[in-house]
Amino acid sequence: MKETPLSNCERRFLLRAIEEKKRLDGRQTYDYRNIKISFGTDYGCCIVELGKTRVLGQVSCELVSPKLNRATEGILFFNLELSQMAAPAFEPGRQSDLLVKLNRLLERCLRNSKCIDTESLCVVAGEKVWQIRVDLHLLNHDGNIIDAASIAAIVALCHFRRPDVSVQGDEVTLYTPEERDPVPLSIHHMPICVSFAFFQQGTYLLVDPNEREERVMDGLLVIAMNKHREICTIQSSGGIMLLKDQVLRCSKIAGVKVLEITELIQKALENDQKVRKEGGKYGFAESIASQRITAFKMEKAPIDTSDVEEKAEEIIAEAEPPLEVVSNPVLWTPGTAQIGEGVENSWGDLEDSEKEEEDEDGTDEAIILDSIKMDTGVEVSNIGSQEIFQEIILILFPPHFLKDAPIVLSDSEEEEMIILEPDKNPKKIRTQTISAKQEAPSKKPVRKRKKKRAAN
Amino acid sequence: MAGLELLSDQGYRVDGRRAGELRKIQARMGVFAQADGSAYIEQGNTKALAVVYGPHEIRGSRARALPDRALVNCQYSSATFSTGERKRRPHGDRKSCEMGLQLRQTFEAAILTQLHPRSQIDIYVQVLQADGGTYAACVNAATLAVLDAGVPMRDFVCACSAGFVDSTALADLSHVEEAAGGPQLALALLPASGQIALLEMDARLHEDHLEQVLEAAARAARDVHTLLDRVVRQHVREASVLLGD
Repeated sequence: MKETPLSNCERRFLLRAIEEKKRLDGRQTYDYRNIKISFGTDYGCCIVELGKTRVLGQVSCELVSPKLNRATEGILFFNLELSQMAAPAFEPGRQSDLLVKLNRLLERCLRNSKCIDTESLCVVAGEKVWQIRVDLHLLNHDGNIIDAASIAAIVALCHFRRPDVSVQGDEVTLYTPEERDPVPLSIHHMPICVSFAFFQQGTYLLVDPNEREERVMDGLLVIAMNKHREICTIQSSGGIMLLKDQVLRCSKIAGVKVLEITELIQKALENDQKVRKEGGKYGFAESIASQRITAFKMEKAPIDTSDVEEKAEEIIAEAEPPLEVVSNPVLWTPGTAQIGEGVENSWGDLEDSEKEEEDEDGTDEAIILDSIKMDTGVEVSNIGSQEIFQEIILILFPPHFLKDAPIVLSDSEEEEMIILEPDKNPKKIRTQTISAKQEAPSKKPVRKRKKKRAAN
Repeated sequence: MAGLELLSDQGYRVDGRRAGELRKIQARMGVFAQADGSAYIEQGNTKALAVVYGPHEIRGSRARALPDRALVNCQYSSATFSTGERKRRPHGDRKSCEMGLQLRQTFEAAILTQLHPRSQIDIYVQVLQADGGTYAACVNAATLAVLDAGVPMRDFVCACSAGFVDSTALADLSHVEEAAGGPQLALALLPASGQIALLEMDARLHEDHLEQVLEAAARAARDVHTLLDRVVRQHVREASVLLGD
């Protein structure tokens, strides 16, 4: 499938955000995404997750005859594959440029830097040597494949154990894992790639670009270093023009990042080692479930929550007092009165017009809200009797008031009262008996009533 | 090999050069009549040939045409007799592909592609003898070929390799020095502005020495530029004499 092109507005948005030193996922310019390393049940199998980019690495070994011009050295073979599940754009025939670039970079980073002692892989000089094969599969592409792949490769190599071999004269004995414990490879150092993306002709720089940022970048600089601050590979790609001091600055940043990542890798390897020794369960199934054993997660940057409480309190204080919610809000039909939030207290008006209020059937009008004080001094009693309430009328009150079944107090003797038209049966209201009331009339009916009276 | 010192006590390298000295560079432009532009360069024993066709219409799928720029297509090929042992290299192998990609990246930055939208510029490089510094020789040859073809460029693209032995940076490595396994840096530079078009480094080099090596490579690239400039002027002078100006 052809890659969906990035729209112009999205491109502009990303570039503007970068100019303002903002990244879409909230990272800082030099921040890496979370790195998670988990191991499989076999030695030499690992999955590295850099943010959402996921790479699976598997190391395997085989006894072969050595190359003619290097009779005493083992053979290292690296292969990175861009699986079709990684991105819709990856198709079997279509990926060649990217694939070649990544593979060559990995090869140079790992092979030319001599991180693995190939002489130790020799069994019988000129006849039998170990061929170590590192297969990397990209499972999900969310930017910065090369970093994730290099971490996966070196972790898999560190984790791998090859079968033990002994040579007696001409005889070569290969021991199975049951007979003798497999032997780790001898690794001198751990080169890790760090990618820098350049934008706007080298003005802006980002570490660990994600997929979107990669699409709008001008060029990429990859520096592979180990924790001893030795540079193993530098590769600039894309059409950018760099200056010498930019390269030097990037190498310093890379040094810092590589130290952090190397620590993480060591811890992950130690964790796994410990679990295997203790006889605990290990493998992908375990780490998926528990996310703890054999997996090491770089914790998310801790957010400073110390002032959250104060901020929250400030916000609450400044906000309007919340509308009080009643478990059983009382709805007043027209002609009934109410004092409540959001409802205009037309107590005064009520006084004018004798009737009103009262609604309620003989029983005391319920006070809608406990906190409401009635100036009238009318006694208020909570609605106890539920039998009064016949219908639910939602019109007068905003929905949030009606958490529970609203209690409808209606003085109307009619079966159905629609409050929308408070003009209905004004007379009826008038005939209501007045009892201890309180309630200010509800806004609309009161007003309308007033109007009506005025009109009258 | 034990005992092969790349840098002697007196500061001489295996082939008698000093640390910052380049090998002898000889170049010729316009070696092929057929191509739009061609050049041949010898850097010491490394011999490279470059040929440029273009700018012309996009060959193959029209879909690859870029609406605002020219497409630069680079192919690298190494002759089977170029190395000490005859090595049959299949055409599309990884190293050749990578070289091609790197050349393309270098020249896309240098050529003014905006002047030729929807067209294609082909650069073919062939290495006849590889004695170290093949990338540098290819880039230098390609620069001359592009100039010969009359394709407008921002500036010369000059490349040189550099290494690091005994805390000294060496410029323009030969095959022996490369095979010794020390760090090697290949740098392609636009001399006037000092901008780096391509930077590639292999093998372990401590970060503190990076600046020294970069500096040595940059200086060597500038020296190459002086030489190439002389070659171009000589060529133009000869051509104008022939034209009778």
